[in-house]
Amino acid sequence: MVPLSWYLILSAILFCLGVSAFLLKRNIITIFMSIELMLNAVNLSFVAFANHWRNLNGQVFVFFVMVVAAAEATVGLAIIIAVFRTRETLNVDRVNLLKL
Amino acid sequence: MTENLNLWIIPLLPLAGAAINGLFGRRFPKAVVKLVALAFTAAAFAYAVWAALQGSHMQLPHNEALPFDWIVAGNFHVPFGFYLDQLSTVMMLIVTGVGFLIHVYSVGYMEHEGGYYRFFAYLNLFMFFMLTLILANNYLLMFVGWEGVGLASYLLIGFFFLKDSAANAGKKAFIVNRIGDFAFLLGMFLIIQNFSSLNFADVFEKVSKLSPETGAWGLITAIALLLMFGATGKSAQVPLYVWLPDAMEGPTPVSALIHAATMVTAGIYMTARSHVIFDKAPHALQVVAVIGAITAIFAATMGLAQTDIKRVLAYSTVSQLGYMFLACGVAAYSAAIFHLMTHAFFKALLFLGAGSVIHAIGGEQDMRRMGGLRKLIPVTFWVVTIATFTIAGFPPLSGFFSKDEILWQAFSSPQGGNAILWIVGFITAGLTSFYMFRLWFMTFFGELKLGKVDAGEEAHAAHAPAQAQHGAASASHGHGEDGHGHGGVHESPWIMLAPLVILAILSVVGGWVGIPESMGGSSKIGHYLAPAVASTSEALQSANAEGSEHSKELIFAGLSVGVATLGFLMAWLLYYKRPELPERITGRIHGLYNFVYHKYYVDEAYGALFVKPLLALSTHVLWHGIDQSIIDGAVNGAGSASKGIGSELRRMQSGNIRSYAAWVAIGGAAVVAYMIWWGVGR
Repeated sequence: MVPLSWYLILSAILFCLGVSAFLLKRNIITIFMSIELMLNAVNLSFVAFANHWRNLNGQVFVFFVMVVAAAEATVGLAIIIAVFRTRETLNVDRVNLLKL
Repeated sequence: MTENLNLWIIPLLPLAGAAINGLFGRRFPKAVVKLVALAFTAAAFAYAVWAALQGSHMQLPHNEALPFDWIVAGNFHVPFGFYLDQLSTVMMLIVTGVGFLIHVYSVGYMEHEGGYYRFFAYLNLFMFFMLTLILANNYLLMFVGWEGVGLASYLLIGFFFLKDSAANAGKKAFIVNRIGDFAFLLGMFLIIQNFSSLNFADVFEKVSKLSPETGAWGLITAIALLLMFGATGKSAQVPLYVWLPDAMEGPTPVSALIHAATMVTAGIYMTARSHVIFDKAPHALQVVAVIGAITAIFAATMGLAQTDIKRVLAYSTVSQLGYMFLACGVAAYSAAIFHLMTHAFFKALLFLGAGSVIHAIGGEQDMRRMGGLRKLIPVTFWVVTIATFTIAGFPPLSGFFSKDEILWQAFSSPQGGNAILWIVGFITAGLTSFYMFRLWFMTFFGELKLGKVDAGEEAHAAHAPAQAQHGAASASHGHGEDGHGHGGVHESPWIMLAPLVILAILSVVGGWVGIPESMGGSSKIGHYLAPAVASTSEALQSANAEGSEHSKELIFAGLSVGVATLGFLMAWLLYYKRPELPERITGRIHGLYNFVYHKYYVDEAYGALFVKPLLALSTHVLWHGIDQSIIDGAVNGAGSASKGIGSELRRMQSGNIRSYAAWVAIGGAAVVAYMIWWGVGR
């Protein structure tokens, strides 16, 4: 049986990948995908813990996270399309109208 | 308490008038404003008469409190209560009665002035505060009225607020009064600290139990002196009298009501009201007497050289108030109140008469330009004549009896009466007679000199432009601000003359309630007031008055009539028979004359001694030093510090989404680090 710590380490690696991609990438779509990556890293640790403690709460949380992620994806993609229509770019550094 | 008189209604009536006129008067036609002002004042007078009648067959003093308190602090209560005794009855009748007459007069006098409703709202407001002052049953409520009349006085002195001198005179009156008020406040604090009450009844009961042996001498004297200093402010005594002559900038009815008949007597009233305290402090009483005597003679001499008709009357008021103070100082409180009453009649009459003269000749106040008005305004002439003879002290007019009572008490009172006080009062009587007849001759005899004296005197500089447009004989009628012409010297309308006539009758007969026993009278007012104000000594003295005393009193009365006649003859010689003499005399003693003409340079001395240093202190230390550098510095420093910090922190808000994300990530990392090192909260 794979020990709990392996799952957690994998989850942490995935999460850090998501964070660094979020910080470094300029394309909005990529940023969006890195957010999904972070969410799923968290999901992984949830299931791992659920298995470890023999408790279904963690599994239930995963479903919630997935629902929220789906909702977020629809809203987020809609926003991205709207931004692309007006600005004709997907580069976040050029979406800076609110800057001082 | 046998019966409830609802005394609170008396002050409330004028307040209602003031509120109605003050809030809505701007939209009312003049007739409504008049009606409101007069109706509420008349109602107050009627109610006061009714209360006085009720009071005459009741147990006095009658004390009644509204069911709520002014101040509650621990055990210390100040109720909203009213107090009726003989003293407040007399005062209440004087204030409402004379006040009503002056309201009637004002209806005519202010007819052509702007701010009609404002004037009557202030006047009614004044009545409210004055009645509160008089009817209060504790020092605090009295102080409320005391401050309120000061406010009304300020508003009315500065009624013509577009005129700089009027606005300044209002400020001066207010500020000088504050000095006295401060002493009054300190006196009240001492009373609270030592008697833990401000109610007249409680305080006086506790004070009367004290005796010099218990070591309370210093305390009582301190309280009495502080109260006295408060009174010198309101009643225009040395050293705080300086505001009253300047207060003549107000409309003439205001001078009559506030600065002659009622408000300035508040100090006398307060002293008489506190007589229990003063009786226990003979040294303070002596100070009161000396201050009164000094004021009387000092102001009388200043009155000699004035040329503005209202200023002469103002100094005369100060001098007469000095008499009343003198009477209080020899514990002859009923004499003081008696003189207060007759003075209210004849001085209000003099002021209103002067107002009528000013009205008649178009706003001119300089007596050197007047003259020969006897034939032109006969009614005014006659009433002013009565008033002049009254103030000069000719029998059987009221001023004779009241002034004589004071002079006699100054000499004979066992509580500090002595010959020096009497001599000062006696000389003052002569001076009073002289300057009043000087005014009388200059105004009504000789020939009219309007426009013949060069303009440029400070007293009438304000009127000079209006004056210049018109010829001498057809001077326009334009007292106050707006010149409107219905040419020629003319008698005032009946609505102004009627109050004059009533006051003249009162001036004649008003003294008959106080004819002393030595002249076959029964000194009714003295006996009436005795329960409220008599100190034991006064009661004893009138009981022990003997035949020889009576004849002495008669001699004294004869002497004062003599000196009044002398004053009359001097004025007659100088200002009627040989009008060129005064100039020769003043030329001879030019320095002295100038000294008196400039009122002994007291204003200048106060300016150099108090105003300038205070101004310098305020400018350099308080304003530039404390306010600008410390207080403003702290505020501005706090402002620029937060601005600086903000402008640094602003850089975080770059608008770069990824930098925000980095901040979030750093924050999350910090939280995780915290949880790892210090553990999750227990």
